[in-house]
Amino acid sequence: MNTIVRRYGFVLAVAFLFAIFLATWPLYQHKATGMLLFQAETMLLVIPPIFILLGLLDVWVPREQMMRFMGSGSGAKGVLLAFLFGSFAAGPLYGAFPVAAVLMKKGASFTNILIFIGAWSTTKLPMLLFESAALGPRFALARLAIDIVGIALIAVAIKAAISPKEVDALYAKAAKML
Amino acid sequence: MMTKYLCPWQDPFCGLFLRAQLKVCKGLCRQSLSRLALEKEPNLSSVPDRKLEKMDTFILYAVAGLCLLASFLKNRGKTSLALRKAYKAFEGILPQLLVVLMLVSVALAVLDTSTVSLVIGKDSGVFGVLIAALIGAITLIPGFVAFPAAAALLHNEAGTVQIAAFVSTLMMVGVVTLPLEMQYFGKRTALLRNGAAFLFSLVAAVFVGWVVGL
Repeated sequence: MNTIVRRYGFVLAVAFLFAIFLATWPLYQHKATGMLLFQAETMLLVIPPIFILLGLLDVWVPREQMMRFMGSGSGAKGVLLAFLFGSFAAGPLYGAFPVAAVLMKKGASFTNILIFIGAWSTTKLPMLLFESAALGPRFALARLAIDIVGIALIAVAIKAAISPKEVDALYAKAAKML
Repeated sequence: MMTKYLCPWQDPFCGLFLRAQLKVCKGLCRQSLSRLALEKEPNLSSVPDRKLEKMDTFILYAVAGLCLLASFLKNRGKTSLALRKAYKAFEGILPQLLVVLMLVSVALAVLDTSTVSLVIGKDSGVFGVLIAALIGAITLIPGFVAFPAAAALLHNEAGTVQIAAFVSTLMMVGVVTLPLEMQYFGKRTALLRNGAAFLFSLVAAVFVGWVVGL
């Protein structure tokens, strides 16, 4: 009971603020509640398959295999795999974090994890087609090209900024997530 | 003959007539504009239909379903372990998910297309780019909603660089999802990633603007 209160205390606080927001600005009431339902629907729709897949991934893929493919010694192959894995994913960016946690638990290197997150956020293939239709192929392709550079740059920068000790701590935490 | 009035609209009768006409015109314009806005402009905070998203989700479910079935046929014990782990992982981040849910709703209720279009005109310059990037960073909108909205904004004289900045931060930076990201990656990594992605988005926006303008 105590742990539940501690874990969900912050949620209750935010919910309280949310209620105050709705009460103070009736103008936004309709939009905010509509959006809440819409986003909740997205989460309910996308989360079950993603979590089932990562549960299966955790149970079936042996750590050695993942380390060979995406570990620190995997080189360009690992980078490419991380990039493709992220690009063919479906769902909003918050779906990438739990998947990244499983990959970390399985021994994928930190750089590859960062590339995976970057690819999931910007170079998702279905979205690219859609962007091209809405904003023009020139816009979409230019963004894809510069984003690939950006994903690599950000991955390298973060890898350099975070000490190996911190990375180890993150990996230990990820292993406990499931 | 001396005219009493320099211009015809200074004549009180003519003036009245003109003014009445002007009023009618304004009314008509406003009406058609609001109808346009209602019909044509996809709004960031309007609840979209899910047609475009369905394909994506369908594939996701198909893959998950097939994997689950294969796993079940191969080893029941392992499959139930996988499901238990999936549930544990989900339950572990449920508080953060709920917080994100509420943050997003507030952000999208306040920041809608009309807010965005106010600040990202072609002449809005660096300030407009920064504001567009900030709005993109704060909001969390699926691409199939964001792209048509961005296209509509472009159509309404928004600058390409501003729109590119908006689209780029929208995808790469997630301020409202920070509670979730921190849970997985720790405060420092999450903040660094979002900060770096924000700065990079500005560069990407300039680049995209340059390419589109070529």
